Formats: sequence, C-alpha cells, structure tokens
Amino acid sequence: MSKLLPWLFVAALALLPVAFPDPYLLAVLTSAGIFIIGAISLNLLLGYTGQLSLGHVAFFGLGAYTSALAALGFDIGIGFGLRITLAPQPAWLGFIAAIVVAGGFGWLLGRLAFRVRGAYFVIITICFAQVLRMVALNWIELTQGPMALISIPPFSLWLPGQGVVALYSKAQNYWLVLAVAVVAFLVVRQVVESRIGRALVALRSNESLARSVGIRVTHYLVIAAVISAGIAGAAGSLFAHYVRIVDPDVFLFIYTVTMVIMVITGGKGTLWGPVVGGLIFGLIPDLLRGHAAPEAQWVAYGVAMILFVMFLPRGIVPALASLRPRP
Amino acid sequence: MDQLLQHLVNGTVLGGTYALLGIGLTLIFGVMRVVNFTHGELYAFGAYMTYAFVSLLGVNFYLALALATLAGVALGAALELVLLRRMRRADIDSVMLVMIGASLVLQNAEMWAWGGVAKLIPNPFAGSPLVLGPVSVLPLRLFVLGVSAALLLGFWLMLDRTRAGVAMRATFQDPETAALMGVRVGWVNTATFAIGSGLAAAAGALLGPVFMVSPTMGDLVGLKAFAIVILGGLGSLPGATLGGFALGFVEEFAGGYLSTEYRDAFGFLLIILVLALKPQGLVPAKERIG
Repeated sequence: MSKLLPWLFVAALALLPVAFPDPYLLAVLTSAGIFIIGAISLNLLLGYTGQLSLGHVAFFGLGAYTSALAALGFDIGIGFGLRITLAPQPAWLGFIAAIVVAGGFGWLLGRLAFRVRGAYFVIITICFAQVLRMVALNWIELTQGPMALISIPPFSLWLPGQGVVALYSKAQNYWLVLAVAVVAFLVVRQVVESRIGRALVALRSNESLARSVGIRVTHYLVIAAVISAGIAGAAGSLFAHYVRIVDPDVFLFIYTVTMVIMVITGGKGTLWGPVVGGLIFGLIPDLLRGHAAPEAQWVAYGVAMILFVMFLPRGIVPALASLRPRP
Repeated sequence: MDQLLQHLVNGTVLGGTYALLGIGLTLIFGVMRVVNFTHGELYAFGAYMTYAFVSLLGVNFYLALALATLAGVALGAALELVLLRRMRRADIDSVMLVMIGASLVLQNAEMWAWGGVAKLIPNPFAGSPLVLGPVSVLPLRLFVLGVSAALLLGFWLMLDRTRAGVAMRATFQDPETAALMGVRVGWVNTATFAIGSGLAAAAGALLGPVFMVSPTMGDLVGLKAFAIVILGGLGSLPGATLGGFALGFVEEFAGGYLSTEYRDAFGFLLIILVLALKPQGLVPAKERIG
C-alpha cells in the first residue's frame, strides 16, 4: 500500500489536465513544479549533508542561462580577436547542457566551499550566486544584461509518429515538468539509499567520527553538490523554456530563500519534505493573489520560516509521520 | 597620480562607513555566535528613519541622524528579546534561518510601508565639491567620514574603558566563565545586538543622504558587511575595521582602474578567494577582541 500510494499520487497529478483543463491552474502548478524540483535538489545538500547551502539559485540560474543561450545561439568575442559562435540548438540539447554546466559549477563550488564549514560555507555560497548575478548583469554581449534573453523557444520533443513537436500548450509543459520532477525525486532517492547517501548521513550526524572510520568526507560532499547542482540546472532549463524569458534576477537570493523555506517547512532530510513544502509555498502566492500585496506574502513567508524553525524544526512530514500509530 | 589621490580619498570615505557596518556585524558574531542576516535591513531602516524624520516630520538633519541611530538600537534590542533570546541553545544554522526569516519580514515591511520608489534625503551641505589641489570631495562626504570616525572611536572607548565594555569582552572570550564571574550574559547579548544594530542604522543614516534610499538598499550592503567581516576574520574587531577600509579601497581602485560595471563583484570574489585560500581571514584572531 505504502509503495503504491506515491504512484497513485503521480497518476492523479498526471490526469489532472484531463480532468480540470483550466489553464490558470496548470500554469500555477507548472511553476510550483519547477520550484519543487529546485527544492528536491536543495534537500540533498541541506537535508542529507546538513550543509546550509544558500547559493542554490546559482545553479538554477546557470541552467536557465545555459539552456536559453544554447537555444538562441550566441556570438561573442573572447579577446585576442577570437570569437566563439554557436548556432541555435534544439531545446533538449540545451537541457542536457544545462545539467552539465550546472553540475560542473557544482563541482567547482564544492571544491572551494567544502574546505570550510558553518557560517563561512554559507557566506561563500551566497557570494557565489551574487557574483554570477553580476556577471549576468554586466556581460551584455552574452547575456543581454538587464535587457534579458527573450523569445526563448519552447521545449520540443520527438514523439513517435509525430516527429519533433514544440510544447506550446500549458498541459504539455505541465506533463514535462511533472516527468522531470518524478525523475529528480527518483534520482535523489537512489542517491540517498546508496552508499553515498549513507556516507552523507554519517557525516551529517558526526563529521569527525565519519572521517575517523575512513569516509572520504569532502569526496562525498562534492558528489552531493554535483548531483544537486545538476538537478537544479535541469529545473532552470525548464524555467527558461517555459517562461521563455531569462533575466539576471533569476540569481536573486530570494529564490534560494523560497527553496529553503520549502525544504524546511516540508521536512529537510526526508524525501517527501520538499514536495509537501513546495506544494504549500508554490500554491500560496496564487491563492493570495488579489487578496494581499506581494510584500505581505513575503512577510508571511518570513514569519512562517521563523515559526517553523522555532516550533517545528523537523518540518511537516516527520511531524505527520510521528502522529501515525506504529504497529 | 592625481587620479590615485582622488581614489584614495574616495576609498577612505567609503571605508569609514563600511567599517561601521563590519564592526557591528563582527561584534554580534563574536559575542553571540549569531550570523546576523538582518544587518543590511537595519542599515536600510536607519536610512528610512532619517528620511521620515527629515522629510516627513521636519526634524533638524543632525538630530534626525541621532534619532535614526537610536531607532536602530531599539529595533535591534527588540529583535534580540523576541527572537534570539529563545534561540540561545539552538545550533548556528537554525539561528541563521530565523535571521533570514526576520530579514525577509523587515525588508518587505519596509517595501510595504514606503513603496518601491527611491527617496532622496535633503541635507544642509553645499552641493559643490571642495577642491583641495588635485582632489575634490563633497562636503557631505567629509561629514560622513568625520562622523564615522567619531563613532568608531567612541565605540572603541566604550569597549575599552567602561564596565559594559569589559562585560562584553569577557562574554566574547568565554560566555560561561563570564557568567560565573557575575556577568549577566543575557543582557550583554541584548546590549551587543542593540549596539551592533545601532551602528548599522548609523551607517544607513549617514549614507542615505549620499545615495538614494530604497527598500532593497540593504541587500547588497548586508552582503558587503559579510565581505568586510570575512576579510578581517570573523569575530575580529580590528580585522573588521581594516576590512572595511580594505573593501572601500578594493572597490574604489578596481572600479576606477579595472571595470566600473564589476565594481561590486570584486568584493565578493575577494571573499571567495580569502575563504578558499586563507579561511581565518587576513587578521587571524589571536586574541579575539580589543
């Protein structure tokens, strides 16, 4: 039963566009879904390694820019009269490039930042996202700066019998995001239940003990960072081709905070935590829309974060699980 | 050469306010082990309070600066009493998350209250620069430098000469032993957070009239305060003072000679480099205060 329940949940979500073909509902769920993928990836670092990585939006933004630039093509000078030119590529190639580039930067940041812990680690990760935002703002030849990358083509898929189809409709994008979310969930579950996951949990609970029994702490932390960054890059790519405009604001700290709130309220270090937290905080803004100023929503987010950390630090999912009577 | 002198002067003016920001943040970290994400919001709060007193209530400019600083002290004390006091036994990550939540609330409350349009604070200084040989500087900026220097000096004297300062230094070195010696650590924490917040609000009140006042002005400044503190070594007061001036010079010179657009990015690159290569900061804290 408990094995079947998640698949029933996914099936219900997959049938939703057929049952309620309301474009507004689908749009809300699609953007919530993109953030849930981000939260799932953040949970691998925040929840399972216990490292408070607050630059996560950097990987999301890198994915968005990589995918958008691959789809639009670019032609830039790199000094010494040399130029790099790329013709527009199909969106799925951009999607893969987004994962690779974000994962690569995840490796780089992991190598640099995991030399330190606690407050220092947090500050390095924040600065990393900030530097990328400034590059996106100022490298106008590549990123168009504040003018943003516009008219990004939608995703296209090769479907049997129909050839390559561009995904313009809300339902198609919704299904795509759902599929990627399911894959991201399964990848994280696989990692967590593997040797890597056990090493991560060991070093989360007692790093020096883990080190003393021979677990290569930095090695496993960097692996987690690469996987986490790759998934966040995939979410960024989905975002770029769904919203079809990318500007430097994708690197804003507030988006990292949104993902952090999703993970914390849902339950860090649990597989379903980011999904539950993501559904709550992905849907609240749209329920509030028209009733309250956007600032009020952020104030509410801040208050929610404070209250959860103070009074329900483990999050909703573990709290619910402990309510259920044990046999 | 002339340009070099001009950059030196600009860097010093900028560095003075940066030092104010850095000292408040590093003091709070050193005494309380709290990474204060609300620091940038208190800076913005100081600037908005100055605007409110000068433009809305018609208070004298100098009095408004003092009142805004006091308002920052009060807000800091309130934050400590309502949030941090309950979190004293919590781990550093949970405290960071609570402070991020608080900064989200403060920033958006400011946006809500004042609207997104940037505000200008009128000031009594002449708009034309003073020219001294090859260097020109606005009188307002000189005033800012003077007040920052006075505040820094006053803060050092407080820490060095008063009983409160001794209690603070004792808590900084070892809270438990300090408590055994009769220091009321709870109140030292409140006072520390209030003073640190007051210094941030003072920096905002001073720079508000120089730049514009906008709700997001605290974002970048909060990060810069971290940069300053990291540069000097987290929890080191002389380090934060030096770090403040160092960041002022780095931004001024890198902005002047390398690239204006990336001016703000140099500070962050510097933090990443310092942390990756020399995590203790440039002035490793041997003796951790004073």
